[in-house]
Amino acid sequence: MPSPPEVATAFGEEIASGRLINDIIASLYRVAWGFTAGVLAAVPLGLVIGRSLATRHALLPWINFFRSLSPIAWIPFAIIWFGVGDPPAIFIIFIAVFFQIALATSAAVATVPKIYYRVAEDMGLSDADILFHITLPAIMPQLVTALRVAIGVAWMVVVAAEMIAVRSGLGYLIVDARNGLRMDLVVCGMITIGAIGIGLDILFSRLTKIPSVRWGFDR
Amino acid sequence: MSVLTLEGVGFDYPGLKVIDKLDLTVAKHELVVCVGPSGCGKSTLLSLLGGHLAPTRGRLDRKGQSRTIYQDGGLFPWLTVRQNIAGGLPHSTPAEARDKKVDEWLEITRLSEFAGTYPHQLSGGMRQRVELSRALAAETDILLLDEPFSALDYQSRRRMRHELVATLAERPRTVVMVTHDIEEAVMIGDRVVVLGSRPTSVRKVLELTGGRSRTPASPGVAEAEQAIMDELGLS
Repeated sequence: MPSPPEVATAFGEEIASGRLINDIIASLYRVAWGFTAGVLAAVPLGLVIGRSLATRHALLPWINFFRSLSPIAWIPFAIIWFGVGDPPAIFIIFIAVFFQIALATSAAVATVPKIYYRVAEDMGLSDADILFHITLPAIMPQLVTALRVAIGVAWMVVVAAEMIAVRSGLGYLIVDARNGLRMDLVVCGMITIGAIGIGLDILFSRLTKIPSVRWGFDR
Repeated sequence: MSVLTLEGVGFDYPGLKVIDKLDLTVAKHELVVCVGPSGCGKSTLLSLLGGHLAPTRGRLDRKGQSRTIYQDGGLFPWLTVRQNIAGGLPHSTPAEARDKKVDEWLEITRLSEFAGTYPHQLSGGMRQRVELSRALAAETDILLLDEPFSALDYQSRRRMRHELVATLAERPRTVVMVTHDIEEAVMIGDRVVVLGSRPTSVRKVLELTGGRSRTPASPGVAEAEQAIMDELGLS
């Protein structure tokens, strides 16, 4: 185990060379794309599954099947399909986020109290109005919680993906340091990953402070 | 003129007959209160009257739009009090008229200072006042109340009852209310409809006189209460 001064020195070297910043940016870039694409694809699917019992029965077993597969298991396919570089890592993050968020969204939609829909019917709201003004705001607290969990998973997965599929990012930093027996750099990478994980969680936890979402956490 | 007419209405859930051969008419601006044993289908009846369910048998004629006030949880928790009330107004209402109307109802229900708060930050009584404002602001012809005060404590319930009666005196509506509270029914109802156990139908109708602000000492109240208790086998 490297001593704290050795780790501090390694930090200094990595920051001075600009490599740590580049690796952080590379990892965050992949997470941003994979996470955003996963959420944008999963939420509409979750809304459909949550509202329709028939669709839920048809698709939920498949979602559960794929959700149970570790995203890392997709790495061989990701490399075959997308080659090396950012795309396979982004794809793996997409997979990690997509099934989780789709399931969480469908579960949240299925538990929206029927009373909201009855009130909406009384008000004469259209299907689109109901989707955007009733269903989506009603599931926001659960969705925010799911996003917090998913961003943590996405961050874990990007590090794992970078250990195999790419030659940049914090995961690659750790593998590269291990190959060079630079355990001080390994610890430096681990501390950075943990710190950014905390930062991402703090960032997403701020979503719970939005007034129209706060009701789901103020109990 | 009758606003709501039910002739031989029946409603079944799969494998369960809930309502059968129910006949009822409700006149314009009448306040009819339905009481009955727990689980007899009172809320299902309101769902039929509100158009949320269609009768399995019989004829149901409704003249005009309705709004339903629920026991609790009918407000949208992601909207402020002001937004909840405004959301109940017809979509065609211009923004200026919308604001004016919401202000008016906030004033009437003494909620002006809570306009920017969210439902979960209010007491149960205040939430029911917001529900009442939202339903009344919509100016629909029919108001359906599904045990609207049952989640409230005794004092709040009495206060809300008075507020409802006072508001209806100023802005008349046709009202059908279901409740398990016999005292409440005989205090404010123009008529009390006693429903039987499932499959429910009308077992007795009591006409009440002397206005809607009755007290337990008002003439006929004790007798009506007793008659309902007898009918429900609670004596």
